[in-house]
Amino acid sequence: MIETASLLAVVPELILTVGGLALMLVAAFGGDGSARLVNWLSVIVLAIAGVSLSCSLAHGPDAFDGLYRADAFSAFAKALIYGAAAAAILLAPRFFSVGGNPRPEYPVLILFAAIGMGMMVSAGDMLTLYVGLEMNSLASYVLASFMRQDERSSEAGLKYFVLGSLASGILLYGISLLYGFTGSTAFDGIAVALGDGVSKGELFGLVFVLAGLAFKISAVPFHMWTPDVYEGAPTPVTTFFASAPKVAAIGLTVRVAIEALGPAGLDWQQIVIFVALASILFGAVAAIGQTNIKRLMAYSSINNVGFALIGLAAGTPAGAAATMSYMAIYVIMTIGGFACILQLRDADGKPVEEIAKLAGLSQSRKGLAAALAIFMFSMAGIPPLFGFWAKFLVFDAAVASGLTALAAFGIAMSVIGAFYYLKIIKTMYFDEPVATYEAKGGPVENIILTACAVVIVLGYLLNPTLDQASAAAAASLF
Amino acid sequence: MDGFPILSLMMAVPMAGAIACLFSGANNARWIALIATLVDFVLGIVLWMNFDQGGLQWQFQEYAPIFGRFAWALGIDGIALMLIALTVFLMPICIGASWNAINKRVGEYMAAFLFMEVLMIGVFTAQDLYLFYIMFEAGLIPMYLIIGIWGGADRIYASYKFFLYTLLGSVLMLIAMMWMVHEAGSTAIPVLMAYNFDPQIQTWLFLAFFASFAVKMPMWPVHTWLPDAHVQAPTAGSVILAGVLLKMGGYGFIRFSLPMFPEASAQLAPMVWGLSMVAVVYTSLVALVQSDMKKLIAYSSVAHMAIVTIGLFAFNQAGIEGAMMVMLGHGLVSGALFLCVGVIYDRLHTREIARYGGLSINMPKYAVLFLLFTMASVGLPGTSNFVGEFLSLMGIYQVSTWAALICTTGIILGAAYMLYLYRRICYGDQVNADAAAMPDLTGREIWLLAPITAAVLWMGVYPESFLAPMRSDIRALEARLAPAAPAGDSNIKMGAPKPTGEAHHEEASAHGEAH
Repeated sequence: MIETASLLAVVPELILTVGGLALMLVAAFGGDGSARLVNWLSVIVLAIAGVSLSCSLAHGPDAFDGLYRADAFSAFAKALIYGAAAAAILLAPRFFSVGGNPRPEYPVLILFAAIGMGMMVSAGDMLTLYVGLEMNSLASYVLASFMRQDERSSEAGLKYFVLGSLASGILLYGISLLYGFTGSTAFDGIAVALGDGVSKGELFGLVFVLAGLAFKISAVPFHMWTPDVYEGAPTPVTTFFASAPKVAAIGLTVRVAIEALGPAGLDWQQIVIFVALASILFGAVAAIGQTNIKRLMAYSSINNVGFALIGLAAGTPAGAAATMSYMAIYVIMTIGGFACILQLRDADGKPVEEIAKLAGLSQSRKGLAAALAIFMFSMAGIPPLFGFWAKFLVFDAAVASGLTALAAFGIAMSVIGAFYYLKIIKTMYFDEPVATYEAKGGPVENIILTACAVVIVLGYLLNPTLDQASAAAAASLF
Repeated sequence: MDGFPILSLMMAVPMAGAIACLFSGANNARWIALIATLVDFVLGIVLWMNFDQGGLQWQFQEYAPIFGRFAWALGIDGIALMLIALTVFLMPICIGASWNAINKRVGEYMAAFLFMEVLMIGVFTAQDLYLFYIMFEAGLIPMYLIIGIWGGADRIYASYKFFLYTLLGSVLMLIAMMWMVHEAGSTAIPVLMAYNFDPQIQTWLFLAFFASFAVKMPMWPVHTWLPDAHVQAPTAGSVILAGVLLKMGGYGFIRFSLPMFPEASAQLAPMVWGLSMVAVVYTSLVALVQSDMKKLIAYSSVAHMAIVTIGLFAFNQAGIEGAMMVMLGHGLVSGALFLCVGVIYDRLHTREIARYGGLSINMPKYAVLFLLFTMASVGLPGTSNFVGEFLSLMGIYQVSTWAALICTTGIILGAAYMLYLYRRICYGDQVNADAAAMPDLTGREIWLLAPITAAVLWMGVYPESFLAPMRSDIRALEARLAPAAPAGDSNIKMGAPKPTGEAHHEEASAHGEAH
């Protein structure tokens, strides 16, 4: 018998499900002409789901006998996810309208992905986790190959599907090992079983689970799909991939590592440290030679995931809070950055992706170049921009838990990363113009871009709020 | 002045100017920038007038905990006051120097300079460790753009080198800061200045801070970014870089390294002396063979900054006061020298020394002012640098006679390369027809150099005006360092009627070298 309280706790998912299904019918009967309507309605559905988070919180934290958790942590992550998903929907129409008509399936797929992501961060059981993950992944595979006529897009979808299935397989194998050796799929049950020492079999399970999750967050050494998919997928979809699912996957990883694998902290801590440093280093070094800005952003996202994981490596509430704050700031920078990239269209309205063609952008599109420069300096972690604060928090958490050497090493490598962000600024500001650009961007893009830029510049004023929210989120895990 | 947030206002004025410049045309931007910097200069004078010499250590304090983990905490002591005065004094001159020299993207240029001024004042006024770091690091952004957009032919390489070099130096300092805040439980600089860290850990913390300040300073061997940055930067960029940005390194030592890690400072002082000695001799010799005017002055900056570090790590009042005076004097003199280079660069568009010659014939006014600044750079008595260099060397002599001996040669070498530069540019035959045809200083250029001339002479003739506000702060610093200060090897016997033969001999020989 299903309790009402449980149903009320999953109200955001219910709203998204009902909304998504209804809008799918609208899309099916309305055809391509309904795209605009479906777009706006999806954003509204996401907004309602966001508001309903408070209702879900009030009836949490456990729902359906612990299968699902509606706590401060999931609310924090879902707020980010819904926001990022809405931005990805809003940024899309102008991009798709160049190559034909925008199609209404796009926002519907994002809604379905959002349900999956919500379940990921709310999972209290390995099976909920897997269902949420797959729900998100299936929608993502389709989204990656959304431009059916475009060879690169189809290739991206196929690659993502094949490698994604492989990762799901690895994850499932890990889950089955953990189940076999601990006798439970619930996070609490696993934690209890791990509490009396970690056996070989449990350790194997843990390693496989983390490997599967590392694939989803595209951390080195499971990152190979990222550059190809980011480059091939339509730019709004890349915006989506780089923001919302990243938050979901990082949130999921944090929850699994702390709630389920918490007692085995010393075992996974080494893995997380290695993955974090490898991601930072590889993301930075490999990005240097890139000529395509979407590909560069892919390496940048690998790099950023590395920094976010430093907070998790600390293994403390402050560390988990730092990781979530990092993701919040990262999402704003990423969406802002992609909003800039989406505006890079030549005189015919065709998207421009080559970095070399950005030359002299600061003279033809002053505001756009300034915004992109702000996001790049911010990603490089240069104060007084907000991106610095994200890095500050994770390194501060690492220092507080005694990982000073890790922090010193990680921050030194961030200097390598600064180089390629600087390269974009150099191209825009120091070089002479080579390409002509569309005179001005769309209003929606401009609003999103300006909002992100303002937050990145004045973000420090949000510190008390962000600290409080992320601390509450992290506290609900421990 | 009770409770009036004058420090915030001094940062708000250029900030507002910067935003206004971004949205205005070339000519308006020039005027906005000039007015904003002049207003700040006036505010600086008001600040100095209201500063209570020998009063509370921290004055004009402001505190607003609006950033969660750290606060908007401002406040100054005499040392910061002097550096702020230097900043607001040089800024209008920089704007004036770029009046005609910069004619592309003027609004952005002026905005970058004004933003730079905000950050420089922020660095010298911040009383919160993290606020200081943010201001300190943020300066990279406008300077990167200034060098990269308005710089010379090789500007891109220079801007990258400047940015990445200084960034790498600073990030380790951030980790050390985090550790300190967790240990001491406060981000307030005054609290941390009085906190006694474990001497074992101090060494590590000192090295992390040293990595940042030594690059900023710059000390040999991490000085290589400076000549590149200076040569490529536009004139005003060089002025602000040499005049104020380098002082952030010295300010860092005086505000953080010495009072927060006294034991480690004493322990590692020989390393600092060694690097400074090498810097004085080596960079002076390098300066001697330069064929590019700006590069020559850049290397001379490194040598002068080594006199600063030697004075700071003398651990006594004379040395630290001397270091501060060298910083102030060098800020004025090197700024003026870069302006002098800018004057003839604007006419002939080359920094090659050999392309000039005999300028005292066709540019007599220029030759007089250039001579004055050359002499000031050499450290002639009566000019600003003499006071600082003399005090620094006197300070270090009490601690290490060898360091004093070797660093004093820097004065002689300084005279050599500066006079050699002056001879090649202003004296001799007028071999180059185009150089011989250059007109003398314009009214604008005289007005740029005249205030610096006045300040240089003032500082040389009556340094007390500048030493008085800092005295009690430096005395407090000396007291803080006293327990850890290394024993001197000069065996000065104060007040003994007849020194022993050996000490007398040693003192006499050091005197011989000093002149």
